[in-house]
Amino acid sequence: MKVGSDTLQNSSLTDHRRRYLESLESEAIYVFREVVSQFRRPVMLYSIGKDSSVLLHLARKAFHPGRVPFPLLHIDTTWKFKEMISFRDRICAELDIELIVHTNAKGVEAQINPFDHGSHTYTDIMKTQALKAALTEGTYDAAFGGARRDEERSRAKERIFSFRDSNHRWDPKNQRPELWNLYNGRISAGENIRVFPISNWTELDVWHYIHLENIEIVPLYLAASRPVVSRGQNLIMIDDDRFPMATGEQPLMRSVRFRTLGCYPLTGAVESEASTVLEVIQETLLARSSERQGRVIDHDQTGSMEEKKREGYF
Amino acid sequence: MFTRDPLIESDISAYLEQRAEKDLVRFLTCGSVDDGKSTLIGRLLYDTQLIADDHIAALAEDSGIGTDTTQLDLALVTDGLQAEREQGITIDVAYRHFATQNRNFIIADTPGHEQYTRNMATGASTADLAVILVDARKGILQQTRRHSYIAALLGVEHLVLAVNKMDLVEYSEERFSEIVADYSDYSKTLDVRSVEFIPISALEGDNVVKSSSAMPWFEGPTLIDYLDAVEIEVSYRLDEFRLPIQLVLRAPSAFRGYAGTITSGQIRPGERVTALPSGVSSSIDRIVGYREDLQVASAGESVAITLVDEIDMSRGDLLVREGENVHFDYSIEAMIIWMAEAALTPGQQMRLQSRLGTANVSVDTIRHRVDVDTTQMVPAAQIELNEVARCAISSDRKLLFEPYATSRSEGSFVLIDRITNATLAAGMISVPISPWDRSPDETLEVQTSTITAKERQLRYGQRPCTVLLTGLTGAGKSTIATALERYLFDRGNSIVRLDGENVRLGISKDLGFTSEDRSENLRRVAEVARLMNSQGLIAIAALLAPEADSRSRAQQLVGDAQWIEVFLDTPISVCRDRDTSGLYEAAERGEIHDFPGVSATYEAPKDADLRLDTSNMTVDQSVLEIISLLTEKGFIDG
Repeated sequence: MKVGSDTLQNSSLTDHRRRYLESLESEAIYVFREVVSQFRRPVMLYSIGKDSSVLLHLARKAFHPGRVPFPLLHIDTTWKFKEMISFRDRICAELDIELIVHTNAKGVEAQINPFDHGSHTYTDIMKTQALKAALTEGTYDAAFGGARRDEERSRAKERIFSFRDSNHRWDPKNQRPELWNLYNGRISAGENIRVFPISNWTELDVWHYIHLENIEIVPLYLAASRPVVSRGQNLIMIDDDRFPMATGEQPLMRSVRFRTLGCYPLTGAVESEASTVLEVIQETLLARSSERQGRVIDHDQTGSMEEKKREGYF
Repeated sequence: MFTRDPLIESDISAYLEQRAEKDLVRFLTCGSVDDGKSTLIGRLLYDTQLIADDHIAALAEDSGIGTDTTQLDLALVTDGLQAEREQGITIDVAYRHFATQNRNFIIADTPGHEQYTRNMATGASTADLAVILVDARKGILQQTRRHSYIAALLGVEHLVLAVNKMDLVEYSEERFSEIVADYSDYSKTLDVRSVEFIPISALEGDNVVKSSSAMPWFEGPTLIDYLDAVEIEVSYRLDEFRLPIQLVLRAPSAFRGYAGTITSGQIRPGERVTALPSGVSSSIDRIVGYREDLQVASAGESVAITLVDEIDMSRGDLLVREGENVHFDYSIEAMIIWMAEAALTPGQQMRLQSRLGTANVSVDTIRHRVDVDTTQMVPAAQIELNEVARCAISSDRKLLFEPYATSRSEGSFVLIDRITNATLAAGMISVPISPWDRSPDETLEVQTSTITAKERQLRYGQRPCTVLLTGLTGAGKSTIATALERYLFDRGNSIVRLDGENVRLGISKDLGFTSEDRSENLRRVAEVARLMNSQGLIAIAALLAPEADSRSRAQQLVGDAQWIEVFLDTPISVCRDRDTSGLYEAAERGEIHDFPGVSATYEAPKDADLRLDTSNMTVDQSVLEIISLLTEKGFIDG
């Protein structure tokens, strides 16, 4: 017997198994509601990526038929793909969601960019510092993020409610025990909690859910013919004229898609013909390379994600 | 063997449909340090082909072996934190995923060192099953027993003892059998549904995913076959609907929805439900779905429901099927796992957080500590980090709860430091001890009087006793008690009258009229009567006392020889006519709950010492009947 066929909730009288994706969805909704109950000023970090799209969808479900009771915060480095920005503005307008965009104005003034300053300095100033400043300015006490435990080894140990001190630092050795689903959200003034409702999801779960729930994502995730250049092992898409080209270099038109979206000069594309969500899932399952590999920043040094996280990076 | 599902290539839609329908099973891996937990998980992930190529490259780098992936240190897959990589041990719980044809698994890899027992408990709190690793060379260690005990304590129902490093004991059947026998002795004391033993070598891959040719004597399943087949029940309580209210949702056009995750049972629109603690009932109007409303919702689902009537519910309240109830009390008994560096001492004030709200609590008494190595109870003045103890906890407000054995959701809580906000302890509520059974603190002593019972008897000219007048509202309990008091006083006796209503104005003003509260009111009256009797006085107790069980407990407390039960057996129609304050009518309209004779049962005494039908006798006649009984039994002189 199928009930409420357009949602994931299709329990029947006799069948009490925990269907996999239903369980994950239910857990995430529980976490959203818990934060809104326990905190005064939550905000959702919105990266415009597919995980953010899933997060936003879950938030809407959690508070339906009410409005999503918190704003989205986007840290705009000014180096995002143009398609990401237009997607962001359209989605927020269509869904009547409050959007806060924060850019590190001093970083822009100092012309901080990924080419001259290296990915480490650039990420620190335009992302980590900008995020910390935006969270402090907004006096937010809880910030949702789309991080997942399967992404990277240090994330496998992150709590769902992850405590940050007044400098937004994470202390991995001194995390609060998180038993059952009793989330201790008590904090002192200035401290805050990062919250990861889809911690227990995998990359495949995210794609699977996007497919089942028909969630709109930035088209860059789907293969199309795009102008790219080779940099090391990565294919970088030329999204505007700020990208320094070698003399006489011309971008090549290739059918590519992105497994992850960040700042365009730091995000490698993969060659692909997968132009629908289903094809992407199929291709992902047939491939054997993990998702964050296209991100230049993770490979700066071993354990680098853990270090960035300790410093306040999401 | 694990090969890629051919559906992925041939029909991805069909593959995803199957995948969405898979079960979710959460299990934890634990055991002593160096038993090879991380290697086992690495092996599971590697052999089920879940480690991506670039992760293998990173592992090869960390293993210091270049690109020779046959020598991978599989443990490095899970030991994610830098400190762990440096020290070569697992500190924190790490969560990993893998899948079989039928199931998706989330593994909580928990640390082996004793100092990290709290992390192991964290992993166990959400697990269905525990894989406990044992080094075949070392056998069962203290840490094996400790982890088994904590897993069972946290409600993990299936234990698998994975006897690892069989390659280092030459795959010896004899060694395996020794360990099985040794562990079986211990596991008999644990409250779990099943215990399974599997000899493996995580390093070589024997009996993990591939069955072992080196151990032909072993006829059981491989670990993966076991995990794929073990029966995991989601909820044993299909009929017992529970929805803890997490949040009240408001939306335009006066929408008021109660949001939460159903922890047990199932509900449909139209069904009757009761809000606790208020006790107010209504019917489910809608189960609000995202695109359309649902016709049914069950345990595990996060829902928003609306009710037909406007009733007041807020976060921490519990919605149950009409007619069901849970405990509601100021005091709880619980097993706790202490997780803070500073020891727990009795009297410590903390904050309790559960699905059913928060409260300021104090740990009043440490009943005993549990030596998890032997599962013996031992006395303890304080509880140190990682120790398990049973405690009596009292709260500044009444708490809704169920025993943990019945409900992991309504029976669990955490204790939080009121200043640092650190999580100090995990608590599991025990089946509550009725106040009748609670034993006083062992350090208390009876302070004896120098006046003997004989001296009192001579002074007062009577032998003490307790007269209970029980009956329905309007049966005449207070009237007869007052007249009896006057009669005895006038003839020179020394008495104390304990009227149920008067008692509720003072020592029982914290009690309501539920079955539990009425029982407690009677207990207090019986305790006072006993004190009065010990001082030589005759006690007259006028109480409704509707339950036979409570009356019998009161009789035991006061003492059979001194107990006189008088049943005012007045027809309910007469009681109603006498009721000038309209209590019966209010009860019939549903304004008063638990009203004996209307909405609650009055269990008429079967063997009362005296039965008086006050509808056909005067007050004086009733009093004289009681007096002659007291005379006959020799409590007063004739």
